[in-house]
Amino acid sequence: MSLAKRIIPCLDVDDGRVVKGVQFVDIRDAGDPVEVAKRYDQQGADEITFLDITATAHERNTTVHMVEQVASQVFIPLTVGGGIRTVEDIRTMLNAGADKVAINSAAIFNPGFVQEACDAFGSQCIVVAIDAKRVTTDDGSDRWEIFTHGGRRETGIDAVEWAVKMQKLGAGELLVTSMDKDGTKSGFDLLLMKEITSRVTIPVIASGGVGNLQHLVDGVKKGGAEAVLAASIFHFGEHTVQEAKEAMQAQGIEVRL
Amino acid sequence: MNQKLVAVIDYGMGNLRSVSKAAEHMTNDETQIVVTHDPQVIADADAIIFPGQGAAKACMQALQDTGMIHPVQQAAKEKPFLGICMGLQVLMSHSDENQGIDCLDIIPGKVVQFDLSGHPELKMPHMGWNQIHQTQDHPLWHGIPQDSRFYFVHSYYVAPQDKSTVIGETTHGQTFPSVLSAHNIFAIQAHPEKSAEHGLQLFKNFLEWNGH
Repeated sequence: MSLAKRIIPCLDVDDGRVVKGVQFVDIRDAGDPVEVAKRYDQQGADEITFLDITATAHERNTTVHMVEQVASQVFIPLTVGGGIRTVEDIRTMLNAGADKVAINSAAIFNPGFVQEACDAFGSQCIVVAIDAKRVTTDDGSDRWEIFTHGGRRETGIDAVEWAVKMQKLGAGELLVTSMDKDGTKSGFDLLLMKEITSRVTIPVIASGGVGNLQHLVDGVKKGGAEAVLAASIFHFGEHTVQEAKEAMQAQGIEVRL
Repeated sequence: MNQKLVAVIDYGMGNLRSVSKAAEHMTNDETQIVVTHDPQVIADADAIIFPGQGAAKACMQALQDTGMIHPVQQAAKEKPFLGICMGLQVLMSHSDENQGIDCLDIIPGKVVQFDLSGHPELKMPHMGWNQIHQTQDHPLWHGIPQDSRFYFVHSYYVAPQDKSTVIGETTHGQTFPSVLSAHNIFAIQAHPEKSAEHGLQLFKNFLEWNGH
């Protein structure tokens, strides 16, 4: 009897459609967000995350409408990310039916925003998304650095130190994505996950690189993640969420079945 | 035909819309769900849902500012009353959150922080799907299997003086009271509005409950 590890299908949304690219190219249409969300709910998904991958002002309204539609039919936690920059953005998404918002770039440009958001809405609904890439330092050792703009722009910020700082500012959860692994189907960056999960006391969602069910197991067992996020393996019918949970349970992980 | 009026308390915070949507999803034509901070509507309502997230101090302040303390206390004495998360915690006498704050004092007891010393593997907040062990029968458990999983997100839990008010327990490092019942009140630490079919069943049971 204890808390279950979570499986979170991630829906990248572009102008009201679910899409999935491989390292931001070769974008494939994966369906209508409401239909996709309902399917994952029926399969036993523990939460659903929407990432608005373009997040222009025009598409913001499309996203708000989409969240409203999903929230009136799907009764599990919904997280919305992409272009969340102000307290008003958060309020709009929560009022539309989101339970949590993921803050990414805005935290980097203004870390105080995380604290402001937590003070206004509570830590429980503030997820900080961290996009990290492995870099080799001058002395030859590896570290992880935060990148913005879809991995194109480096910030010089150490991802592990950043995770610790975000927890201090009040973040309730971290969504950690390996930019190197994202879309490669070669598994999570387990070293990165382990580094971060061993340094923070808040839950960490592992993201980026899931290609098979063993990768989900490894994210929990080797990476120390409380939740695992995946897109492609679910979108294109390779596996259901139910199968993923059965695979995790078969290896001794507590899941909600 | 008189509609049954169910008031969802709006104190300006939390995922109100999720709660009203879940309740609406389970209503029939005879029931109307309204989201309100109007003391008169609360006084007129047939049943009350008190949802909530965030911090105890902000919740008490918002109740004070909107003049809802007395109407909510009154409603909790006489109408079917569903408290959710913060809507459970503020029913207690006192919360240790925010350096300590007095609450509505409807159920004697305290709100205390998890002690996870000895459990370095456990994370805080307690966030995700955990089991509720039903320790006593209650009409609101109808159709919900023993040890069903519900969605939780919190860092404090309730410790009532009268242990007989506890009707559900959950374990996260320690076993804590996750559901309390007192007369017409059913109050739950988890979020039924986010707990898929079992959560929806709980709303259905509540909407059909006469408070006894």
